[in-house]
Amino acid sequence: MAAGVAAWLPFARAAAIGWMPVANLPMPVAPTEKNKRQDELIVLNVSGRRFQTWRNTLDRYPDTLLGSSEKEFFYNEDTKEYFFDRDPDVFRSVLNFYRTGKLHYPRYECISSYDEELAFFGIVPEIIGDCCYEEYKDRKRENAERLMDDQEDNKDAKLPNMTFRETMWRAFENPHTSTMALVFYYVTGFFIAVSVITNVVETVPCGSAPNMKEVPCGERYTVAFFCMDTACVMIFTVEYLMRLFAAPNRYRFMRSVMSIIDVVAILPYYIGLVMTDNEDVSGAFVTLRVFRVFRIFKFSRHSQGLRILGYTLKSCASELGFLLFSLTMAIIIFATVMFYAEKGSTSSKFTSIPASFWYTIVTMTTLGYGDMVPKTIAGKIFGSICSLSGVLVIALPVPVIVSNFSRIYHQNQRADKRRAQKVQKARLARIRLSKTGSSSAFLHSKRNGLFNEALELTQLPYKMNLSDQGSTEDEKRLSKSTSLIESQHHHLLHCLEKTTNHEFVDEQYYQQSYLEAGLQNYPSRSPSLSSQDGVTGSCCTRRSKKQHHTPLPNATAPAHMQPLKHTHTHPQGLQELSTIHIQPLSTSRSSLNMRVDEPAPLNCQSSQITTAIISIPTPPVTTPEGDAHLPAAPTLQNVVKVSAL
Amino acid sequence: MGLVMGTFSLQSKPVTYHKDKADDDLEMTIVCHRPEGLDQLEAQTNFNKRELQVLYRGFKNECPSGVVNEETFKQIYSQFFPHGDASTYAHYLFNAFDTGNTGSIKFEDFVTALSILLRGSVTEKLQWTFNLYDINRDGYINKEEMTDIVRAIYDMMGKYTYPVLKTDAPKQHVDAFFQKMDKNRDGVVTLDEFLFSCQEDENIMRSLQLFENVI
Repeated sequence: MAAGVAAWLPFARAAAIGWMPVANLPMPVAPTEKNKRQDELIVLNVSGRRFQTWRNTLDRYPDTLLGSSEKEFFYNEDTKEYFFDRDPDVFRSVLNFYRTGKLHYPRYECISSYDEELAFFGIVPEIIGDCCYEEYKDRKRENAERLMDDQEDNKDAKLPNMTFRETMWRAFENPHTSTMALVFYYVTGFFIAVSVITNVVETVPCGSAPNMKEVPCGERYTVAFFCMDTACVMIFTVEYLMRLFAAPNRYRFMRSVMSIIDVVAILPYYIGLVMTDNEDVSGAFVTLRVFRVFRIFKFSRHSQGLRILGYTLKSCASELGFLLFSLTMAIIIFATVMFYAEKGSTSSKFTSIPASFWYTIVTMTTLGYGDMVPKTIAGKIFGSICSLSGVLVIALPVPVIVSNFSRIYHQNQRADKRRAQKVQKARLARIRLSKTGSSSAFLHSKRNGLFNEALELTQLPYKMNLSDQGSTEDEKRLSKSTSLIESQHHHLLHCLEKTTNHEFVDEQYYQQSYLEAGLQNYPSRSPSLSSQDGVTGSCCTRRSKKQHHTPLPNATAPAHMQPLKHTHTHPQGLQELSTIHIQPLSTSRSSLNMRVDEPAPLNCQSSQITTAIISIPTPPVTTPEGDAHLPAAPTLQNVVKVSAL
Repeated sequence: MGLVMGTFSLQSKPVTYHKDKADDDLEMTIVCHRPEGLDQLEAQTNFNKRELQVLYRGFKNECPSGVVNEETFKQIYSQFFPHGDASTYAHYLFNAFDTGNTGSIKFEDFVTALSILLRGSVTEKLQWTFNLYDINRDGYINKEEMTDIVRAIYDMMGKYTYPVLKTDAPKQHVDAFFQKMDKNRDGVVTLDEFLFSCQEDENIMRSLQLFENVI
């Protein structure tokens, strides 16, 4: 429930008078304020700067430092104020959170100091309002990256006990780690360069003998070039195999872009070796040689800038796509127009629309080769329009791509957008969880509340062992820790239940009772359950807590308490749950009183009342505390998920 | 080419005039209502100064403009009943608070009604409740009005209840109500019948005192 709305609780409770004439059942007792204080101002002295606020304001968030009794540790008796030795500027945001219910992140504040203050005051950063959350997360991410980079720089110290494989992988990935790696790095770089230059020089016409026509060097010095090529390919193959061996996850390595480039670079050679010198396939073989140029991409391992360029192009895919799309549209339009404009003129080069495409492209990119030129006046007019618009269409998406590149280059980030999306989903899930916490909180405390009622009733007729006394007081104390507002809110919901003679339950239980409506006959499937009536021993090792309101209506009179059977297994869970009826509350007290007659041959050490909470689909938090304690009520969001006995 | 693209795009864009709407919104938020003086309110209601101060602080926090409109009212009320849909009942409540039928509740209306509900006499409380039930303010509660109210109350429970809510549960409830209240069996409940029957019923009398110490 939001903080500010808590102030309207009196109104909501007053309005509940409207239900009273309609209700048939008596209403539950209202929670009383034990010591009704008038609201008072409290002074918070933060490093000399005094803040004042109402006590009620701070009580809105009982799970923070200022809202709980933790602040008493900072109380100064002499000056009658609470002194905190913290930053007063950040404290402004913290206090505003209590006042308005919204936490803001001031932009000028350092992210780590802000985080520290929030941690000190017990405030979860997730509740930062939407207005400031993006900024907060960005700054936090930057900081984390900086820390990580720092850590990586320090990580170069060689870890002991690294296997040979790991050492090799580290050497490959980070050439600065050892001299050997550096040597390897430069050698491969050299050979890539050599290979590329070879491919290029191969095609240059070398000097020819006087009576022969010019031949490219490749055909003149075939053997030399073949040896060079072989040497390079051998080096690349060895390198690839070594990387494959050293990779921690071979499958992932094989799928990575760099390894595919490696493979494509060396494959033509091997295919060429394998293939026979057949005339038909040699044509195809020649084509394959083109792929040798991919060796130049191997340089991207050596150049960070190249990698960033590739990443930029990938991340600007949509802008590039738009550029392409608009260009295509424009080309088609203008080509059509030019074709029809030039159709009349004789010896026109614009023989067809596809033929006009070439003219349009050359004109729009302002190349203007001049091999195709319009001759008619209409053609010239449209040609000029074409060239002007070409400038515009190309100029528009380019700055976007440029700015992208510069941003990525400066930040050097890696796919953070994807991570940010995941975090957003997680954050929304957490917020949703805390909101649903309020409705499940009522169900939770309802069971606790009824348990407390049961306690009060059974105290008198049933003198149990002393551990019980101590434990009930603990539990009572615990129940008080739920704030007054919460108990009043729950009382209101309780009144509504009484008015309509129906109860709030959680979804899971609702489904089960729906099923149950079909099942008619299940009187004593688990007689031990029915007879327990809430007085169970805590000896059940699974620390399950269960609550009965009444025994089964048509079960045999629960006169005999049977010792707990530990043989209840989970598969029966659903059945057993269905045997628990939660009847209209008016009958609960009478049935509990019935227990007085029962002998209680408990075979447990500390006999004690425990309540069970049927599994609720909120985040399950089992609190394996001592037998004497209820599951921690203060954090009302966490509900104990329990298996059936 | 640009002209071409321009003409294409112009046709598809719907032209909306946002400017005027923004001005209207600005006007509405400037309207602010300040309540009468504290002394006057203290005289008119059964609250003392401190209580009025506490009430006003909470009121002003949620509604800085000084008036609550129905939407805000429904939102605030729904926060207390996260399980179901509290908007119908909030609507009836709003009408009951808004005695002048102005469409918004000022602080004075709010405090007057609260004064009756929390500090008023039994008769006053019952009268107020009768007003709440009598949706069309004709002085009689007939079955339809009562069914509407009861259904609104059941809506607040939501879907997940035990036992499962049957569709005729409100109707049965209304029948039981009329059985008890309608003395002369004429199908409507008048104020006197209502007062009389409620004062007979102990449960109701006791529950009316339940919220005495709310402030």
